[in-house]
Amino acid sequence: MDQYGYKNGLRDGLPIGLGYLSVSFGFAIWAVKQGLPGWFLILLSGTNLTSAGQVAGVTIITAAGMLTEMALTQLVINLRYALMSITLTQKLDSGFSTWKRLIASFFVTDEIFAVASTRERLVSFPYMMGLGTLPWIGWTLGTALGFFAGALLPPAFSAALGIAIYGMFIAILVPGAMGDRGVVMAICISIIAGLILRYVPLFSFLSEGFIIIISALIGAIITAAVRPIPEKGEVTDP
Amino acid sequence: MKTGSLYLYLLVMAGVTYLIRMLPFTLFRRKITSRFVLSALHYIPYAVLATMTVPAVFTSTGNSVTAAAGFVAALVLSLFKRSLTEVALAAAAVAYVVSLLL
Repeated sequence: MDQYGYKNGLRDGLPIGLGYLSVSFGFAIWAVKQGLPGWFLILLSGTNLTSAGQVAGVTIITAAGMLTEMALTQLVINLRYALMSITLTQKLDSGFSTWKRLIASFFVTDEIFAVASTRERLVSFPYMMGLGTLPWIGWTLGTALGFFAGALLPPAFSAALGIAIYGMFIAILVPGAMGDRGVVMAICISIIAGLILRYVPLFSFLSEGFIIIISALIGAIITAAVRPIPEKGEVTDP
Repeated sequence: MKTGSLYLYLLVMAGVTYLIRMLPFTLFRRKITSRFVLSALHYIPYAVLATMTVPAVFTSTGNSVTAAAGFVAALVLSLFKRSLTEVALAAAAVAYVVSLLL
């Protein structure tokens, strides 16, 4: 069976790249306001390629959080990539050797996973590299543009752009919640847990990173116990 | 912020994130069978995004009124399953327009 090649990957990755460009533009403007230098943000986007993890990371840095806290937060927030990676291994073609896996795994993001895992054919190494190219460029370039343009934009404009990254989160949450009561439950419990941990003085010793980890785990674990996903457990919703 | 500590944060973030992607992609050869673990993994991304979004979204523009307007715009567009880009930019656009009206 013919596999998709590098060019097919590039084509499939274009809309993802355009989307990443605009979102990372907003990320950079938001992160600059947290007081971080542009070179750091560009390096961060180029080496991490993840939105939620980077937002949480910047939050922890500005709060001068511990490195263990940072590592744990990244682990919990990005744990979904492990599941996506596992799912993708079931679709890799026979030419996908170990060193190719070491390289291609860098590009596992929600959107890239969604595209790769829903192709009819097996996933080849050239296809994965093509698929990752434009999203990586878009994410890194958008961060650089956001940093440089952010200084030129009127304050009211860049203030408004601070909400863009949360808009993207909402655009993932709401469709995921539609038709999946478990997701609704997980969202509600983790928000309530987060509000309690943030505003009840008893928990004021907790930093933002740990609050994210604890409230997300509470929401996910309670929901998993009460509303487990259907038995034939293929994950269809990245 | 010291440059040295920024490099340390960067190293931890990039390293942990890469390992999470790479280790399963390279080593995993079978399927997870625990329904509970699969369920928790299914819910975790939504739980994480939710607790990161609320309440932070309401302070994200420096003004709770413009932020609330952008939040509602994002909710409505998301209900119609618009793309990530559209929702993100629309939230910012609505927040901007409302800030001009205040």
